Amino acid sequence: MEELKLIVTPSPHIRDDDSTQSIMFNVLVALLPVFAAAVYFYRLDALRLVILSAGAAVATEVTFQRVRQKPLTIWDGSALVTGVLLGLIVPPSLPSWMMVLGSVFAIAIGKQVFGGLGYNPFNPALVGRAFLTASFALAMTVWHSPFDAVSSATPLALGAARSNIPDLFFGSVAGSIGETSALAILLGGIYLFYKGTLDYRIPLGIFAAVVAVSILTGQDPVFHLLSGSLLFGAIFMATDLVTSPVTNWGRWIFGAGIGFIIMLIRIWGSYPEGVTFAILLMNAATPLLNRWTRPRIYGQGVKANE
Amino acid sequence: MALGKDFIRGLWEENPTFRIMIGLCPTLAVTTSAINGLSMGLATSFVLVCSSALISLVKRLIPDKVRIPSYIIIIATFVTIVDLYMHAYLPGLHQVLGLFIPLIVVNCIVLGRAEAFASKKPVLASALDGLGMGLGFTWALTLLGLIREIFGAGSAFGFQFLKEGTTTLGIMSLPPGAFITLGILLAVMNMIAARQKAS
Repeated sequence: MEELKLIVTPSPHIRDDDSTQSIMFNVLVALLPVFAAAVYFYRLDALRLVILSAGAAVATEVTFQRVRQKPLTIWDGSALVTGVLLGLIVPPSLPSWMMVLGSVFAIAIGKQVFGGLGYNPFNPALVGRAFLTASFALAMTVWHSPFDAVSSATPLALGAARSNIPDLFFGSVAGSIGETSALAILLGGIYLFYKGTLDYRIPLGIFAAVVAVSILTGQDPVFHLLSGSLLFGAIFMATDLVTSPVTNWGRWIFGAGIGFIIMLIRIWGSYPEGVTFAILLMNAATPLLNRWTRPRIYGQGVKANE
Repeated sequence: MALGKDFIRGLWEENPTFRIMIGLCPTLAVTTSAINGLSMGLATSFVLVCSSALISLVKRLIPDKVRIPSYIIIIATFVTIVDLYMHAYLPGLHQVLGLFIPLIVVNCIVLGRAEAFASKKPVLASALDGLGMGLGFTWALTLLGLIREIFGAGSAFGFQFLKEGTTTLGIMSLPPGAFITLGILLAVMNMIAARQKAS
């Protein structure tokens, strides 16, 4: 007689064709315009950093899983995405060995020690960047303008009055290699939104909070939206599926919290930019937000006569 | 033989830092260098040995209801001795360890051994237990400090082996470095313990 199996699984029961692999592939496609802009503005430095970072990330994942005798998961592309993301959020003059070390740290300590993809509480690429910032504060804050090797301050350090908004939009300002061109990041964001990978609530929550705080404190909201790591962080980092809340309300709160903390750090903090730390802090609050905003189960929680 | 066992226990099997994970506040805070870790460990060891021995001596005189405050007073006495001695003879070290010396009073290893061991066992056994626990704490802190010093400052026990001005991993000297190093060491210790159990 044929054995019948009753499969009991928790919700959700809706299935579609998305897999980790296809989502990661979409993210990589969305990063193409950003990468192209980075190579256009910073030439070989952009190529060098992104390739090193991606290579080191994948190699670390392989090594870690071999040593621990776990199944290899590099083909889901998540390590590659982490590596590419980290490569795009560092200054162009970062020495190669620092790039490799940051990438190894991001995968080993940021992801694999927690049990791999899906178990990491913090965005691994941002863990890598925070590690690099804390370790090599000097090398992580050397900025130079595209096209020439002359070091210059980032628009955030200069302030709104001395920055040109079109430059900020197209990206010919000093900054991390992948973060200067708002246009390229928005293109990637629109593609991800079209593919359904990106939830609009998180970036919109961030933008809303940033605009609100800028207006309340009398600063230029457009400048704050376009400068620094804000757009890149809002679209590619904060929306990481593993480390952001799953409920709609949770996502609004998550986004608004990030925007608020960014502005706190930018205006009153000692760092000129706070996107990394803002997102990491809200990553820590994600389980709490999930619990707070748990939707009411139909038929529960309301008394009959109320 | 039983006395030897009381001494050995704290070094590995019930190592306060790596096996029981108590007294983590000084473990994380003062281990920026091997010397700091070693000094903190030795200061705590002195307090542990003396307070365990004295508490074991007077255990029958202390009413059960007020035993914790009494233990604290005894411990605080020895901590004050360490604090004043360091201030007088090792002012540099005292400046670095600063606040964490008085905080030995509330280190849960000291009170924990008083409550779990010294209040029930004879004097010599209690002193040896305190010594074992203290030295177990000391080697853990020294190892942690040594690793953080090597990566964070390029030196070992104050001996600079990297050229002045070489870029080092600054994060290892900062609080996150303490957590990361302790986490990795705990993983290694758990692995060794699991191997021991298996064989």
